[in-house]
Amino acid sequence: MTATDAMSNWDRFVFTFFNADIAMKYGWEILQGASVTILAGLAVVMTGIVVGFGLAALRAIGWKSLNFLIIVFVDIFRSLPPLAIILVLFFGFPAIGIVLPSLIVLWLSLGAVLAAFAEEIFWAGITSVPKGQWLAARSTGLTFAQTLRYVILPQAVRLGIPPLTNRAISITKNLALGSAIGVNEILGRANSALSMSANATPLTMGALLYVLVFIPLVIASRMLERNYRWGEH
Amino acid sequence: MSSTAATPASRYLLEARGVRKSFGPTEVLKGVDLLVEPGKLVFLIGPSGSGKSTLLRCCNRLEEPDSGSIIMDDVDLLSPRTDINAARRQIGMVFQSFNLYPHLTVQKNITLALRKVAGMSTADANARAAEMLALVGLPDKAASYPAQLSGGQQQRIGIARSLALDPKIILMDEPTSALDPELVGSVLAVVKDLRDRGITMVIASHEMNFAREAADKVVFLDGGLVIEQGSAEDIFLRPQEDRTRRFLAQIRH
Amino acid sequence: MEQFTQEFLNLDVMAKVAPYLFQGLLQTLLLCSFLIPIGLVGGLLVMLLTTSPYRVLRWPAIVAVDFFRAFPPLVLLVFVYAGLPFIGLRVPALLAVAVAFLINSASYYGEIYRAGMVSVPKGQREAARSTGLSATQALLYVTLPQAVRNVLPDLLSNTVELIKLTTLASVISVPELLHSANLARSLTYNSSPLILAAIIYLILLLPVVRLIARLEHKL
Repeated sequence: MTATDAMSNWDRFVFTFFNADIAMKYGWEILQGASVTILAGLAVVMTGIVVGFGLAALRAIGWKSLNFLIIVFVDIFRSLPPLAIILVLFFGFPAIGIVLPSLIVLWLSLGAVLAAFAEEIFWAGITSVPKGQWLAARSTGLTFAQTLRYVILPQAVRLGIPPLTNRAISITKNLALGSAIGVNEILGRANSALSMSANATPLTMGALLYVLVFIPLVIASRMLERNYRWGEH
Repeated sequence: MSSTAATPASRYLLEARGVRKSFGPTEVLKGVDLLVEPGKLVFLIGPSGSGKSTLLRCCNRLEEPDSGSIIMDDVDLLSPRTDINAARRQIGMVFQSFNLYPHLTVQKNITLALRKVAGMSTADANARAAEMLALVGLPDKAASYPAQLSGGQQQRIGIARSLALDPKIILMDEPTSALDPELVGSVLAVVKDLRDRGITMVIASHEMNFAREAADKVVFLDGGLVIEQGSAEDIFLRPQEDRTRRFLAQIRH
Repeated sequence: MEQFTQEFLNLDVMAKVAPYLFQGLLQTLLLCSFLIPIGLVGGLLVMLLTTSPYRVLRWPAIVAVDFFRAFPPLVLLVFVYAGLPFIGLRVPALLAVAVAFLINSASYYGEIYRAGMVSVPKGQREAARSTGLSATQALLYVTLPQAVRNVLPDLLSNTVELIKLTTLASVISVPELLHSANLARSLTYNSSPLILAAIIYLILLLPVVRLIARLEHKL
């Protein structure tokens, strides 16, 4: 690295990680990766939570055979590493004739994982609503479905929001794995800029961009956690 | 009055006969009869575990009895042809732990069943809720949440909630046991008021003084069986059975 | 259907690659054997900092924790592994994994410990001190056991996440189970090695996941 030999250590550091010229040259591309990350993230979060909620509500009905399937699905997708799921879908499916774009593979994999965790969180919420709530509602003549809809689920959802936000954040961070299968999200673009420029600034930009995207969510979840605790007492 | 499984008219509003209920290996009710005439206040007394709660819960089928018959207002509650949700509108229930819906305002707590089960319009339901709140002495709490109220107030809301559906009978399961002593009076005042209005009630409770004043009939339950029953005077002043005497002695101390 | 079995459930391929995957499994277990302890200890340190009565320690710690909770682990890993050489630091892949995962897991474990400490009512410590126990004794015998019991499901759950995290190491070619499986896939042009690896992960982690679910419901 002859260009940097003459610099002081600090200058070298800045040149490598915070190089303004490189930033300008590749910044726009990397920023475009952010839109992919954000859109994919929204898709994963929405489908994951809706599917997870639906599974938990179905589980509340109590059909044994359906519950068995739900539990199997949830256990498997909570135990498997997301990267393993992504690789199986990405490499395996084309071999049996199902060719899916990388982004779809990413969405399906992470969506399924979030759905599994969301189901468990909502289910924990449903079972922790005191039995007295069921008794009171049924004793006034409300049907099972009405009780579930107006009395139990609203409480279960409120209970589930703090753990759910945490879980959603940690699962959507896996969107960075998309770079391993060619999705043009932040890390993917940063990596290609990295190799083209032989400079680490794209990496810094990518990292900061990711943090920028997720920090509001992390702070929101921290505030939610505080409110939740007060609501309990 | 809506069910299809009617039986010949009887002089009892609630007629439970031979009710048996087991939970796993434990037999909690061993063949209990409970007969309640319209407009009367019946007190269930007995030690913990005697089956009072279970009996009340069988009377609106929140628990399914293993055998026996339960006829409410000439309707066979245990028949599969009976629409139990419609029947439950006629039977009010008040719980020891109030069981108010924490995520709904007091008004919504009361109007939920009115809107969803009785099909009332929101305006009508709210009007009825206001009536009920006035009845239990809490007219200005409609917009409050249960968590903002004292225990006594919550229980009175619980009574208002069960009253709103205009039931033929109200079952109360230890309504004052979870309350601080100072708050018990306010709830009992409401119960007495209901009684004066002619509402039929069955109350499982330890409040012996109240029973002496207000109960038309006292039933002593122990170990899943009715040991003795009679007027409040009969039971408290002239208990016939040994077990009754022992229980009353324990309660007095 | 026939094609499906050939591609994903090919027993011949699985048998062929099994020893290779087994080595990968050992590598994964080795990784976990030092990642988990340093994460647990790191988390303890983080918790002490974020609950410190000294604002000068607490605020920077909380900012750092939130910063690193918003930092995707893969990006952190790539940053450490590919970025640092640019300023002349040769970072062996394994060290990059250790550093990146330590930063990540310590933040999460720290938050879990903190939630645990907060979940024990203050009255417990007061009761303990009022019977003459010292601050340290109260912490050790009264507060910590309750704190740990309250957050045990979360601790286990985060440990499972850490074990799953090791698969990210395959992206920078650190040998572990998924890496071996992926390599085997490209060499055999068949996805069965991936399925075999998935089965191994299930055998390893499903019992713990079930345990966590049971513990969560008991609370």
